[in-house]
Amino acid sequence: MAEGLTWNVYDANTMTQADIYGDVLCLLGEKYDRIVGLSADLAKSTKIGKFAEKYPHRFFNAGIAEQNMFGMAAGLALSGLVPVVSTMAVFTTMRAAEQVRTDICYQNLDVKIIATHGGISFGQAGTTHQCTEDIAIMRSMANMTVVVPADGIECGNAVIACIEHPGPVYIRIGRGFEPTCYENDTYGFEIGKSVEIVPGSDITLICCGITVLQAREAAQILKKTDGLSVRVINMHTIKPLDAEAVRKAIAETRRIITFEDHNIYGGLGSAVAEVIAESGKACAFTRVGIPDCYSLVGYPEDLYHHYKFDADGIVGKVREVMGKDFEEDENWEDGF
Amino acid sequence: MPLSEQEIAGLRQHARQLRQDILDVTFWAGGAHIGGALSIVEILVLLYYKYLSIDPKNPEKEDRDRFILSKGHAGVGFAALLARKGYFDFELLKDFNKFNSPFGMHLDKHKVPGLDASTGSLGHGLPMAVGLALGARLQKRQWLTYCLLGDGECNEGSIWEAAMAAAHYKLTNLITFVDRNRFSVDGNTEDVMALEPFADKWRSFGFIVHEVDGHSYTELSRAIEAAMKEKAAPVLIMAHTVKGKGVDFMEGDVRWHYGGLDSDTLAKTKQSLASTAKD
Repeated sequence: MAEGLTWNVYDANTMTQADIYGDVLCLLGEKYDRIVGLSADLAKSTKIGKFAEKYPHRFFNAGIAEQNMFGMAAGLALSGLVPVVSTMAVFTTMRAAEQVRTDICYQNLDVKIIATHGGISFGQAGTTHQCTEDIAIMRSMANMTVVVPADGIECGNAVIACIEHPGPVYIRIGRGFEPTCYENDTYGFEIGKSVEIVPGSDITLICCGITVLQAREAAQILKKTDGLSVRVINMHTIKPLDAEAVRKAIAETRRIITFEDHNIYGGLGSAVAEVIAESGKACAFTRVGIPDCYSLVGYPEDLYHHYKFDADGIVGKVREVMGKDFEEDENWEDGF
Repeated sequence: MPLSEQEIAGLRQHARQLRQDILDVTFWAGGAHIGGALSIVEILVLLYYKYLSIDPKNPEKEDRDRFILSKGHAGVGFAALLARKGYFDFELLKDFNKFNSPFGMHLDKHKVPGLDASTGSLGHGLPMAVGLALGARLQKRQWLTYCLLGDGECNEGSIWEAAMAAAHYKLTNLITFVDRNRFSVDGNTEDVMALEPFADKWRSFGFIVHEVDGHSYTELSRAIEAAMKEKAAPVLIMAHTVKGKGVDFMEGDVRWHYGGLDSDTLAKTKQSLASTAKD
């Protein structure tokens, strides 16, 4: 964590996720004069506008032109600066995908991307503004680090950490109005190192983004009503994935469910599945997310409920997977 | 200041060498974008032997001028030029395109000393050049950013996004060239996707345009020096060139956009170069 930054968590609890990163960036701007900001006519919606207000000469609005914006960011990085770019996830990872890949990742430049409105957090806007593919896309680009913070406090931690983390970083947040999961920022955030926020031995829920808070609530319900010991892991970094935490969960709980606001293909669930498959250990496993479709329109809370990654949905999924058997190695002769 | 006769003679000598190098490297590589490498020889030679403030012994020197070859497919010529400037041993180019070579047809800045950006995907160079120029201004650096675009590349929307930004930010520390050789892969640019009125398009985007013969050192030099002094708006130098310039049977023939050379054809190209040199 950057030295000399003070962060008032009491304020954080009453601020939105996006507000927090805007404020954190302003603080970082004082410490690092190499930070510059960019947006594509979304400075206000993404809250990078806070940085723009404080450092107008260090902020560049590219207009509604994301391809040029990410190319410009690469050029600014080549000139020795550290650009922080913020626009919606969908335009970052698809409209400007090739600039992010070829100009930024291939050249391994210090460009930090804060992508907002990830997943179905802007569900009412419809498919054009939802983004349930970004984690898969960003994860496949060599040199890219992918972070999906659980809430505003963790987003602040991620923004601070990314500045000193070499190379490109993709931080994916929601629309900015998500409830807070953490009460303070001192839980030891480290890029690439997951956080076990609830200990447990019967089943492990591996989560990122808004599902972390929902899973924690579900774990409390399941403890009371079903007497289950549910482990909840906040896998805030999707790449590099904390594979050790996954292997530990396989060995200790033998049941794993992933929850993410993303297509079930290519995101957190796929990353965890890769580790499970390569472990050679039997494990009951399910992925929960958007089931390879374009989401319905609606407010995010209603959509999270519909796609079963709010607390209620998570409780139901855990009960389902607790009833699911996993075969020990000696039973494998009977085939599938 | 106008170029002296002696300077022009020296530049011609470098250009002859670079054209020979392009053909030799193409022969070694098994194929390259010959036509578009030959059309930019005078622009590259003039920049690298006259105008760019660079130090091949210290390729990352902080205050060096930057050059982005947005038409990255001309890497075969650019790599040869960088070798002749002393960034690396020319002999290394014998491995061009081969397994694990530092040199592929689109050059990688992590592998090729002297390169300021990796390019190859069209439409990417000008946005990066805009970022470099903005970065220089913000950090109060005096270095200039030069960017060389292909004409066909200007079909890409991102070029015009960047043009808008260059004018919006009044980037007079950016000097942009278009290699107007009038051909892209599938044929004449005006048949594939018309660019004309091309210079007017740049003017309407806020650029000051100088139209020059892209093989004339005098005209190119005059435009570059005017661009260096310009304080009102970014400058675009529309360099009218001949694709395949210098090899008679390649000139203006789109089939030589990309090609390989066997030893017989290589010999013919060298004969053609020698006869042109006498002109």
